[in-house]
Amino acid sequence: MPETLIFWGLSGMAILASALVIGQRNPMYSVLMLIASFGALAGLYIQLDAPFVAVAQIIIYAGAIMVLFLFVVMLLNAPQEDAAEWDRTHPLRRTGITRFGGLLALLLVVELAWALLQVNNVDVPVGAQGDPEALGSVRELGRILFTDYVFAFEATSILILVAMVGAVLLARREGDG
Amino acid sequence: MELRFLVQLAIIGFTFFMLINASALLVLAERKIMGFMQQRYGPYLVGPHGVLQPLADILKLLMKEELRPKGADKWLFTLAPILSVTAAFAAFAAVPWGAETTFFGLLDEPVSLGVADINVGVLVVFAITSMGVYGIVLAGWSSNSKYSLMGGLRASAQMISYELSYATALAAVILLAGSLSLREVVDGQAGTWLGFIPQWYVFLQPVGFLIYMIAGVAETNRAPFDFPEAEQELVAGYNTEYSSVRFALFPQAEYINMTTMSAVATDLYLGGWHGVPFLTELGLGWLVFLAKVGAILFAYIWVRWTLPRYRYDQLMQFGWKWLFPAAVINLVVTAAMVLYFNA
Repeated sequence: MPETLIFWGLSGMAILASALVIGQRNPMYSVLMLIASFGALAGLYIQLDAPFVAVAQIIIYAGAIMVLFLFVVMLLNAPQEDAAEWDRTHPLRRTGITRFGGLLALLLVVELAWALLQVNNVDVPVGAQGDPEALGSVRELGRILFTDYVFAFEATSILILVAMVGAVLLARREGDG
Repeated sequence: MELRFLVQLAIIGFTFFMLINASALLVLAERKIMGFMQQRYGPYLVGPHGVLQPLADILKLLMKEELRPKGADKWLFTLAPILSVTAAFAAFAAVPWGAETTFFGLLDEPVSLGVADINVGVLVVFAITSMGVYGIVLAGWSSNSKYSLMGGLRASAQMISYELSYATALAAVILLAGSLSLREVVDGQAGTWLGFIPQWYVFLQPVGFLIYMIAGVAETNRAPFDFPEAEQELVAGYNTEYSSVRFALFPQAEYINMTTMSAVATDLYLGGWHGVPFLTELGLGWLVFLAKVGAILFAYIWVRWTLPRYRYDQLMQFGWKWLFPAAVINLVVTAAMVLYFNA
């Protein structure tokens, strides 16, 4: 019973915080709400017997990436979002790029719905079947990551590296050597 | 069962009590050691040799008026110091500080000294301490003052830069110990080589220890890496606009973070509560632990009053071009060694 209560509490927190991320006018509060949402997610991972994933979530997302977000928001010292231009135009009359964003969002919703319907068909990783302890353990996670899923792992690494090099290249000013 | 629960509660209470006192004691130690190093007495008037000075400091801070700048963000300005000190206390929860003990036969089954034994303890401490920076960053931003903002910006940049070296140094120890649980890391360091050299990881990981300590000083924003406050450039950095209790929470968080950093260093590199066999047998290993933490804290203060602050660009250069590559090489060499000797 307390587990169910904690689950609903954490899920409620995650959903509420995520909604507030888009609801806030002040970008600083948006960032903070996103951190709160990540914290709630980490709690859910612990409930799923995956303490390592929970801690990684906090270290990487809440600890490192969001500090960077905060850094950028502070550096730009972005004022409150200017509502005048945005809210008065009809959604259908907005510029093309916004519609494209909407399309992507719709695609994501469809994708997520499809993924959720598949949940019951998912194979539990080899070697961890019927053993939640092993599923959550760092040793098993590392083994699976570097054997069964090594291609996905390496492909992700290269993708991130490419994005990083690209960002550096774009940010470099002309004539900076 | 009842008794066991009470004992565990008492251990948690004791940990909390010691942490609160650590911040007060460190204020005194800092001022006394600084005085000694500058050839003067330091605080001398309150109590014998000035030992009650922290009490006077706390009372003074409590009596002060709480100010909040007009343009400050009301909520975040209040939240920031609370966040700092909460993260500081919470991080210590995963740090074990003594061997399992039955309290001289009081309990049937041994209970562990420390708030919680978590099987990914090293990472939990790391995760929570890395959340502490939000307190500083938010304080800097919410004050609506240029100097505070600069302090907050520096805190976040410094944190990102040095966290990497810190984590990489940790990873090397984890490879040696083969466990993410701090208690298992400590127990891997029991015993001796050749009968007299204690099997502490500091002897296997001298470079890692050095990197850990340097990154640790940077993470806790202590001199020579105290850029977020840098009083010559930024008045007082992120806490410029703070006063009274809200201000007091920042140094308290800093001192508790120092204690946590030292306690984790003791667990990872200096054998935790091992090292003095007869005390360990008596179940008083935690005294050894306390002494080691004290020694590291002394070094912390020593460094602060010996070295001048770096320049900001030097901090970044040093972090990315020297410390991080050194940490990576250390990790690779350690991994190769572990593979070679285990095979």
